[in-house]
Amino acid sequence: MKVSILQFPGTNCEYDTQYAFEKLGASTSLVWHKDTSLPKDTGLLVVAGGFSYGDYLRSGAIARFSPIMKAVKEYADDGGMVLGICNGFQVLTESHMLPGALKRNEHLHFISRHHHLKVKSKDNRFLQEMQNSDIVNIPIAHHDGNFYIDPDGLKELYDNDQVLLQYCDEHGKTSNPNGSVDAIAGICNKNKNIFGLMPHPERAMDLILGSDDGIKMLSGFFKD
Amino acid sequence: MKAIVNISLKEGVLDSQGKAVHHALDALKFEGVEDVRVGKQIVLKLSSSDKVSARKEVTEMCESLLANTVIEDYEIELII
Repeated sequence: MKVSILQFPGTNCEYDTQYAFEKLGASTSLVWHKDTSLPKDTGLLVVAGGFSYGDYLRSGAIARFSPIMKAVKEYADDGGMVLGICNGFQVLTESHMLPGALKRNEHLHFISRHHHLKVKSKDNRFLQEMQNSDIVNIPIAHHDGNFYIDPDGLKELYDNDQVLLQYCDEHGKTSNPNGSVDAIAGICNKNKNIFGLMPHPERAMDLILGSDDGIKMLSGFFKD
Repeated sequence: MKAIVNISLKEGVLDSQGKAVHHALDALKFEGVEDVRVGKQIVLKLSSSDKVSARKEVTEMCESLLANTVIEDYEIELII
């Protein structure tokens, strides 16, 4: 499968993302933000993490107007798989491709550490290799990861099984590092082809680096 | 003309920065502060002198870029 990875000025996780997907057997292409089309054979488009446009104004707000984003929207509208990690998640909410918004962390600190996550819904392409209530250990690294959605939006997320991941401790008990509504760490859109999460599965691909739980998470994209 | 855009988190959306500033004011013994909201101000210098069209234009700017209306409110003040 071809995985295309977006690169904005300030993106800094594109090479980790490339490493992770190549480890899973994919071929990868980096796509510069000034491009206006995606590689034809793209099977998954990843909006990688980092600090696109210096996080000026709001995280992800300026990236939304990059030339490539028109092609990204068309790709997603046609049912193409899109994954936004960290800043990529922020770009997707700012682009209204995913509901809600990501606010400053509740205690205002930048958080960079491993955190456990619980799988809330495996009923989608991304997490199909996992089981509900599986616990994974994945790094988080963000300042604006405090997921917000209004009560009606939250109900809709649950009604459609769009809540993918929740922050928890190693035993699966809810543990909220950043103030997110219902400790939500990742969601998808209604059609379940656009996914966003704050944690970094692409940084959890080798046990020597603390966890390889990212392998099982990301491998879902390679199953039909 | 100048357009001054004040952006703040919506009522009901927790303002963590406002809360932290409130705690700091308490620590400094400033009494009687009931609530603190922290926002941002964007000042635009416009070539137009027509307030009606300027307000319309700046509103579009707020809706499309300057504010995230999922979590933020904005107010526009025009000064000639």
